[in-house]
Amino acid sequence: MSIMQFNGSAIVAMVGKDCVAIAADKRLGQRALTVSTDFQKVFPITERTYIGLAGLATDVKTLHDRFRMRVNLYKHREERTIEPKTFAHLVSHMLYERRFGPYFVEPVIAGLDKNNRPFVCNMDLIGCINYTDDFVVAGTADNNLFGMCESLWEPDLGPEELFETISQSLLNAVDRDAMSGWGAVVHIITPDGIIERELKGRMD
Amino acid sequence: MDRYSFSLTTFAPNGKLLQIEHALAAVGNGSTSVGIKAANGVVIATEKKTGSSLIDISSLEHMAMICDSIGMVYSGMGPDFRVLVSSARKMAQAYWKTYMEDPPVRILVKELASIMQEFTQSGGVRPFGVSLLLAGVDERGPNLYQVDPSGSYFPWKAAAIGKNMVNSKTFLEKRYNSDMELEDAVHTSILTLKEGIEGQMTEDSIDIGIISTAPAAQEAGAKPVFKRLTAAEIKDYLSNIA
Repeated sequence: MSIMQFNGSAIVAMVGKDCVAIAADKRLGQRALTVSTDFQKVFPITERTYIGLAGLATDVKTLHDRFRMRVNLYKHREERTIEPKTFAHLVSHMLYERRFGPYFVEPVIAGLDKNNRPFVCNMDLIGCINYTDDFVVAGTADNNLFGMCESLWEPDLGPEELFETISQSLLNAVDRDAMSGWGAVVHIITPDGIIERELKGRMD
Repeated sequence: MDRYSFSLTTFAPNGKLLQIEHALAAVGNGSTSVGIKAANGVVIATEKKTGSSLIDISSLEHMAMICDSIGMVYSGMGPDFRVLVSSARKMAQAYWKTYMEDPPVRILVKELASIMQEFTQSGGVRPFGVSLLLAGVDERGPNLYQVDPSGSYFPWKAAAIGKNMVNSKTFLEKRYNSDMELEDAVHTSILTLKEGIEGQMTEDSIDIGIISTAPAAQEAGAKPVFKRLTAAEIKDYLSNIA
């Protein structure tokens, strides 16, 4: 079994009309054994940029700390907030620096840029970026998530419709994956602020 | 030799670092450079001086592009300038490699200034014998910065460095206004150089670099690009002045 599947995770981000959403499950396991049901996998980077890290939990924590450090240094050096796209390139750069001994994570980035345009992307564990204008998925339930998103997502969803779409996509995807689930957290990023909601999920 | 000049890291009792004063003297001997920040861009210009009429002046380059959005010119010692150009280019490329963006002018200036500062404090080196003018456009608009051998840097609306610095600054103070367009700024920069130039001013004897916030001849969405004017373009400007 791959180390990417060791802890289990399911992360999805979607583009809406002038908003983006990012959601993740909360399970932390060791293979089939569930260790925690309150593990954070989505992190705020700026007020309107979020990153989700699927994969090996120890690397999720380490990378989150390193991203926080780099973004704080950027903020002080450049006296501005990092844009989602710029941050994505920073993440890609940091991952590729470890090309031959990678962090075992698949990042998902969602945010609004300075003109309130939605930005969503994901990348592989060595930082190859995939830009998209609909949705991106990552984790052990990625195939299920693709299926759900393909059937539920449509263009120009408002914040509340987007919340419903991403929530249903995630919950139904993790129900068919033993390695992820046990509740979820959803962030809707809008120009007016963040809507954060916790979802309960099946616990069997 | 002054007794406080034996090591760079030694202060003179009056609180000065003499080698830095000397470096500024080297800048003061160098040919004049001017820069003007216009409403829609920046221009930097310099006088190309040669010791001999036998030198092929048209192929001398006193100005360098650092990255698409930033250009640089100097007064002082040419060889020292080339060292700084190559480090500046390297820094710009490193920034691009990380963020896939050109560096903001202020960031590049800061890094360049920190190199120049390092050479005032390290052992076995001397300060750079150049002052720099950097012209660039970024998120915040047009920018014009000066960097000195000490590592200090200044944002200017219009600046002059080198031999004719004092007169040129006085001239610029009279001519400058903040809603000046780039075309006017180019004219003003030529006039400023002309005040102090020895002998005839030709398209070969000056170097001009411009960067515009609104690249006119290009399609919409094109990024501002720093450009050294060709001899033919400079000739056009010169004929308009006379």
